[in-house]
Amino acid sequence: MVSILPLTLTDATAHMRGKKLVGPVSLTLAAEGFTMIIGPNGAGKTTLLRLMHGLQRCTKGTVAWAVPNTLARTRQGFVFQSPIMMRRTVVDSLAYPLRLRGMGKAAALKKATSCAANFGLEGLLESWAPMLSGGEKQKLSLARALIIEPDILFLDEPCANLDSRATREIEAILQEVQARGTRLVMSTHDMGQAKRLAQDVVFMLHGGVHEHSQADAFFMAPETREAKQFINGDIVE
Amino acid sequence: MKPVFALIVALLASATHAETLRMAVTTSFYNSGLSEVLLPEIKADIGLDVELIVVGTGQAIRLGEAGDVDAILVHARAAEERFIAAGFGSYRREIMYNDFIFVGPLSDPAGVANAQTAVEALQAIATTEAPFVSRGDDSGTNKKELALWALAGSPPEGAWYRAAGAGMGATLNVASGMNAYTFTDRASWLNFGNKGDLKLLFAGDPSLFNQYAFIPVSPARWPHVRNDLALALEGWLTSEKAKGLIDGYTINGAHLFSFNAVTP
Amino acid sequence: MNGFWEAWRLIITLDADLYEIIFLSLQVTVTAVIIASVIGLPMGAWLAVNRFKFRRYVIAVLNAFMGLPPVVVGLFVYMALSRAGPLGGFGLLFSPAAMIIAQVIIITPLIASISHQTIRDLWAEYHDLLISMNATRGQRIKALLWDGKRALLTATLAGFGRAIGEVGAIMIVGGNIEHATRVLTTAIALETGKGNFAFAMGLGLVLIVLAVLVNVLIHIIGKTERASTW
Repeated sequence: MVSILPLTLTDATAHMRGKKLVGPVSLTLAAEGFTMIIGPNGAGKTTLLRLMHGLQRCTKGTVAWAVPNTLARTRQGFVFQSPIMMRRTVVDSLAYPLRLRGMGKAAALKKATSCAANFGLEGLLESWAPMLSGGEKQKLSLARALIIEPDILFLDEPCANLDSRATREIEAILQEVQARGTRLVMSTHDMGQAKRLAQDVVFMLHGGVHEHSQADAFFMAPETREAKQFINGDIVE
Repeated sequence: MKPVFALIVALLASATHAETLRMAVTTSFYNSGLSEVLLPEIKADIGLDVELIVVGTGQAIRLGEAGDVDAILVHARAAEERFIAAGFGSYRREIMYNDFIFVGPLSDPAGVANAQTAVEALQAIATTEAPFVSRGDDSGTNKKELALWALAGSPPEGAWYRAAGAGMGATLNVASGMNAYTFTDRASWLNFGNKGDLKLLFAGDPSLFNQYAFIPVSPARWPHVRNDLALALEGWLTSEKAKGLIDGYTINGAHLFSFNAVTP
Repeated sequence: MNGFWEAWRLIITLDADLYEIIFLSLQVTVTAVIIASVIGLPMGAWLAVNRFKFRRYVIAVLNAFMGLPPVVVGLFVYMALSRAGPLGGFGLLFSPAAMIIAQVIIITPLIASISHQTIRDLWAEYHDLLISMNATRGQRIKALLWDGKRALLTATLAGFGRAIGEVGAIMIVGGNIEHATRVLTTAIALETGKGNFAFAMGLGLVLIVLAVLVNVLIHIIGKTERASTW
């Protein structure tokens, strides 16, 4: 199957009630890799992810995939900062995206069960999803987004509310997923996590992409003063 | 042989294929309890299920006008005649009568019990402005009461005159609650279970005569009505059997209705 | 206390008329609730999920209809079903069908309005997820109805409560005909009219017990399905 990537943003801009949130952003994401989006609060990280995924429309500019948008819509996943748990059991939550694609109930439940095992959720199949712990919820979110085997997975600060143990578990899963060829785009506030996972870094400031470079280069020798300040933990104006 | 055969056919017909007639009747007739005696007999004799829609005379006549019932049994002669003149009813057949009465508080502040005529009773109430509850619902009883007020020469106005806008039972409940005078048919009064401090104070004036008439809804006006069943019911209601049941009906030993259908 | 004993006497002696009335009450109301739910629940969900020009007005009208006096509905249905009315040819007046129609009109706005509020909240929660999963409009409504089923059951029960206790409309369109269209509420009105307060109270108690029983039953069914959850 042909990948829906690369993703090309051309002067992509998002406004909300007349106020500009993000843009204009021009950016190309190649078929493979792990892109980390960093930047201070309010820089537009979440909005940029939502623009790419199509949860939010561009008010100016375009977001284009290598294939028609209707096809591209079906081959992406998104993990939210606060997990959205459907009022269902774990196994039913995992089967749901498959059922949406017309898979039969028995086949969907079977696949959901084996998928749950890959994410360490095998003991929680019949648990009520909204009652899970934070770490379990986020693992379920990941599993639910990945069960359809998307070409690209967006993650919006998935570990923001998790302890370090749960964070490490999620990171291990993400590295494995990336190794199998899924394109990952993730935002984070955790510099250590960014250094551990990123292949390239998008540094955002005031709604725009301030710097985009390879991870090693970015962390060793950032090009701009603001990026340096941010890496050092200083306040960026 | 022939009559036996006919009887068997009639029995089979009544057992297997009971027909249903819809008739609008007045609350006063229904509340008397007479229908509970007559309906099973009608069913047994002519195999007819009579479904009663219990409403005021005004609404009964409108149901007839709309063709929503097959016949009506009401007691408001002027309205009945207008109904027939307008082509909604075939004709009116008088079946029986009972009478209207005045009830009021035991203390009888207006002295209604001493009145010589119904008109005098109303004049006494109006003069003393004693509380009086009227149906106020365009029913036969209400029409009769208003006709009497017209004869009394003083249109009832003032805080003492209350139009309940309700059926006979509800009106009696209001009168009982307010300890007020009211005008009712004898049957409703006898069957009423919440008399409180109310008492029958005046009755017997010939002007309180309350004639019930049966009117089939005109099949010329509404072709769907079951005129055949209405005629069958009329035949039964004017029969000797009906005469016996109607004249023999009592509540607590009190005689209520007088059969007066004329056999042509 | 007379009403209490009268109610017991009727229930224990298996009074045939009483059971006929109870059965018809349930038959009419349950049918009306099912029809109103089939219309009202998806309608509420649809209004919650879709944005269109006159949405606010439709919701305002819905909320206004929720407070519609049943008597007015009864009159409206009577005019429509009367032989002299536009639907007179069906001969439905003074039948259980007419009572069901009136009750459906009375409770559909209630069910639609409550389900709209419920679904709107759930939709706010699910919005991003369902869009992200590329669910079609129909799939979204289905998921919201299914996952909101407990709250929607409450909407349905509210409809049941309003319908089973309704008297004004079904008195007009049903006619309170013995053995045909007499239900608990119209029987209570009739007995009150006769001043038979004890008997009316007895019927009233039966009505209350019936309403409570149905509610408890539905909640037990709802609970056994998912015992450990909320």
